[in-house]
Amino acid sequence: MSKLSIAVSETDHMQGDPSAGCILVEYGDYECPHCAAAHPVVRRLQKHFGERVSFVFRNFPLTQVHPWAEPAAEVAEFAGASGKFWEMHDLLFENQRSFGDRLFSELAESLGLDSAQLKADLEARTYRARIRADFAGGVRSGVNGTPTFFINGKRHNGSPDFESLVHAIEGTPVV
Amino acid sequence: MSEISIAGTPAPDFTLPIAPSEKLTLSELRGKPVILAFYPADWSPVCGDQMALYNEILPEFESFGAKLIGISVDGAWCHQAFAENRKLKFPLAADFEPKGEVSRRYGVYHADWGISERALFVIDAEGVIAWSYLSPIGENPGADGILEALENLRT
Repeated sequence: MSKLSIAVSETDHMQGDPSAGCILVEYGDYECPHCAAAHPVVRRLQKHFGERVSFVFRNFPLTQVHPWAEPAAEVAEFAGASGKFWEMHDLLFENQRSFGDRLFSELAESLGLDSAQLKADLEARTYRARIRADFAGGVRSGVNGTPTFFINGKRHNGSPDFESLVHAIEGTPVV
Repeated sequence: MSEISIAGTPAPDFTLPIAPSEKLTLSELRGKPVILAFYPADWSPVCGDQMALYNEILPEFESFGAKLIGISVDGAWCHQAFAENRKLKFPLAADFEPKGEVSRRYGVYHADWGISERALFVIDAEGVIAWSYLSPIGENPGADGILEALENLRT
């Protein structure tokens, strides 16, 4: 039970090489404080393991408890359409406490993106289908809260802290 | 602990409060699949907790015509405050008096700790347990097993 049911593919947002020995997949919510806490942990893991670990982020907005989670995910996808997904991903987690349309516009402009187009895309919900697809795939894979990590397709049931994840990644056979 | 009730056996019937002045009887839900989600306690300190997660997935459960009921030993007033706080759109049954009685009948009462285990049951339209799963108590089981069981009911 609880294995990644949607294989990592080129449609994913990935940092690192798809052929790396370990693929770390996170299902996360930009408004979730635990995901914000895990954000620097992922950075540290990337630094620690270097090219041995690649990282994929998928959306899992808990919209009932986090009203800004889905718009924030749409903002990240909007930036992704211009090749700026990871820049926006970082900015969103770093500014989690100030979410709102004004912040989203400012973040878009800080990355040289068209904030009027962002507004139009948010209104048209251009990226919603992708986010719901991420969410549905996560549910099928046994995502049980945010953040949920998968290490080479296997759900990490331990705490999402650095030591626990290092231990799990080191103990994972290369596939 | 006694054995968890297993697939193929009739689901033990029960009547429990789902609000301070409202009760729910399992057998009255015949005709539709029912998901029973036993869990240890209201107010677990994470945002993506099991009940909040199921709340998000509710439309998918409902697409199978299924009714979801959460059950813990917390009282009806506690459930009401918890449900309001998490904006839950499905009932929480209070296995409060006699404490843990229904959990015991399903074989999922943790007597040492005085709480329900994390256990899932999918009951078919005829009231027979189609699938059950006992999760390690600290591990939120997610919803993949429930959805698979609901799919299997259709085939």
